[in-house]
Amino acid sequence: MLTSNGMCLSRRRLLASGAAAGALGLSGLGLPAFAQTGGINWRKYAGSRIEVNLIKSPRGETLSKYQKEFEELTGITVVSEQTPEQQQRQKAVIELTSGRPSFDVVHISYHVQKRQFEKGKWLADLTPFIKDPSLTDAGFLDDFSEAGITFARSPEGGIGALPFSVDYWIVYWNKDLFAKKNLSFPKTFDEMVAAAAALTDPASQTYGFVARGMKNANTPVWTSLLLGYDQYSVDANRNLLTDTPEAIEAAKLYQTLMTKSAPPGVTGFNWAECQSAFLQGRIGMWFDGVGFAPPLEDPEKSRVVGKVGYGLMPKGPKAHAAATTGDGIGVTAASKNKEAAYLYCQWATGKLMGARLLQAGAGVPFRNSVLSDPGVRKGVKMPTAWVDAVVESAKISRLALPVIIPVTEFRDVLGGALTNMISGSDPAAELKRATADFKPILERSEKT
Amino acid sequence: MSILASSDRVVGAASVGRTKRLRPSYWPFVVPALIVVVGVIIFPWVFTLWMSAMEWRIGEEQRFVGLQNYVRLFTDLRFLEAMGHTLVYTALSVVAPLVLGTAAALAFNTKLPARGLLRGIFVMPMMATPVAIALVWTMMFHPQLGVLNYLLSLIGIGPLQWVYHPSTVILSLVLVETWQWTPLVMLIVLGGLAALPTEPYESAQIDGATAWQRFRYLTLPMIKPFLMVAVIIRTIDALKSFDILYTITQGGPGTASETINLYLYSVAFTYYDIGYGSAIAVVFFVLIIMLSLILLYLRQRSAWNTGDGQ
Repeated sequence: MLTSNGMCLSRRRLLASGAAAGALGLSGLGLPAFAQTGGINWRKYAGSRIEVNLIKSPRGETLSKYQKEFEELTGITVVSEQTPEQQQRQKAVIELTSGRPSFDVVHISYHVQKRQFEKGKWLADLTPFIKDPSLTDAGFLDDFSEAGITFARSPEGGIGALPFSVDYWIVYWNKDLFAKKNLSFPKTFDEMVAAAAALTDPASQTYGFVARGMKNANTPVWTSLLLGYDQYSVDANRNLLTDTPEAIEAAKLYQTLMTKSAPPGVTGFNWAECQSAFLQGRIGMWFDGVGFAPPLEDPEKSRVVGKVGYGLMPKGPKAHAAATTGDGIGVTAASKNKEAAYLYCQWATGKLMGARLLQAGAGVPFRNSVLSDPGVRKGVKMPTAWVDAVVESAKISRLALPVIIPVTEFRDVLGGALTNMISGSDPAAELKRATADFKPILERSEKT
Repeated sequence: MSILASSDRVVGAASVGRTKRLRPSYWPFVVPALIVVVGVIIFPWVFTLWMSAMEWRIGEEQRFVGLQNYVRLFTDLRFLEAMGHTLVYTALSVVAPLVLGTAAALAFNTKLPARGLLRGIFVMPMMATPVAIALVWTMMFHPQLGVLNYLLSLIGIGPLQWVYHPSTVILSLVLVETWQWTPLVMLIVLGGLAALPTEPYESAQIDGATAWQRFRYLTLPMIKPFLMVAVIIRTIDALKSFDILYTITQGGPGTASETINLYLYSVAFTYYDIGYGSAIAVVFFVLIIMLSLILLYLRQRSAWNTGDGQ
């Protein structure tokens, strides 16, 4: 007993001194220490063992990189694995359906999986843990942005997965190309179309605009444009709004940009091809998630280092909105170590981890305090304009994709229609057909 | 006679008795293979058939729907389109390597200088990993940054969109398949050429046959069985092709290169519609079996020792 206590005490002392030293070092980098850990008894579940299922991404890698820190802080053993996004989603769904998943903590893509996870009741409601003062500080949820809480909250009012990382859609623009044409960054959709056309010169293989044209990947581009018409693709009662006049206008805008100002072959472009094209310095504007920025400022990969502008999404005819997607970290309902798993989630979504993501350009936390912390901002490797674009996007954030179960089918069916539009099909006819095709799928998904 | 006959009967009866006694003892040797066949082949297929008769979506309740999934297949335009893509892709992916592989085999069958080295280099694509090949070709196909368009520009041909345009995507994918699998056809045909008798050629030469006539009337008929083997292997391989297609285009642009395999994968593993996915798998299986049977029948007909009284 004495030995045990003694060991525990000395370990705690060691940890405390380590944490203090760490805090000093981290604050030097502008990183917040575990300031939020005041009342939390991190060692309450020491000796437990949890398994963590992460999406392979800069976010997942950051969590794995600092995993030892969590283990030392809590005494909880963590076994984590990272799997590429598509495969991770499949693995998670299949295991959760079996009722006996091999993991306690799961990393989810809200914009694709939120409704599916809610309907399957695969995640534990974290509300009791959030209310427990030995596990959570008071006001813990207050720091998350509205988009984060919208993603996290279930229709029943519970909290399914803690908001981890957010991605806002912004416009990357090549300042050199704009300067050569004496153009300024567009503030409206119309100005964006005009600037894209003015920057396009096929003879010099320069194009004014690029965005995803590949089926499925391209759907958020169109739904983002649709937000500018003050409309979502599916309403709160899960009625499709994909063939309304606004939807057709947004599709026409997509078609114009992608046929008149985008490079040839854009129908096969996912974000990677768009990024490659932009990195070569021959693209005026690239519209995509803010998380794809780091390679643009990497001299080994980019010809546009220091020349990139990070612009807020231009204003649409009826609204100014930045499309938002995001990741969460939750505890599985089947987990036998829910409290220990919850501590991991809290650590992963804490201010310190948020600051690390932001400073490395690995992701953007949902936490407002991290984004507004001047100390954290000082340590960000990306240009100030990038952080400004993030902060400003947060103010006009709206969900990019509908909260439905068959998100992938939605993206495939509507995405196929969008791809056809780039090949010259009529936007109204394509949207009518795609809407008719998808309607029964959506209805069937909510039937049982 | 009668003694002999009766002794025969006795021996025969003893032999039958021994056979009867011995027969059950063979079973233990069969059981492991039987378990494997039942577990790995028969059970999955019976289970797939059963799933195809269900409305079964992951995370939802299952219910029996009979043939409804099959009926849905024949009104599903995306499936029908995928079927067309599969057949076109397969036909081209068989014919192109067959023609080029035969030509290469004929070339390597002559006494070329450094023939061994050249043959070694020629078969290299076959040894490469399909996903690695696909990633390299994806880069090569890039309309702006790819080396293929750069090479074309050197001879004054304007940039092509390769896998990035619906009208050229299948041909571009066939190019990759052809590049990888022509060596296989070459090896099969080369084996056939090495086995050909020399006498007919000597006679033909004495009769004054030209090189083309020798190929057309001697070589081609005699290597037909080997060509049929190549056709069967290539057809089955091209039908089930997935890795290269998925890595390069994921069935795109749009659904312009979506084959049954890719559609099946989407339905079962990204839409989680297991029942419908199983129905597609069953239809695809039947298609492969039918094609294989036709090809095997043709192979039998083309064999040297049948059908012509030899």
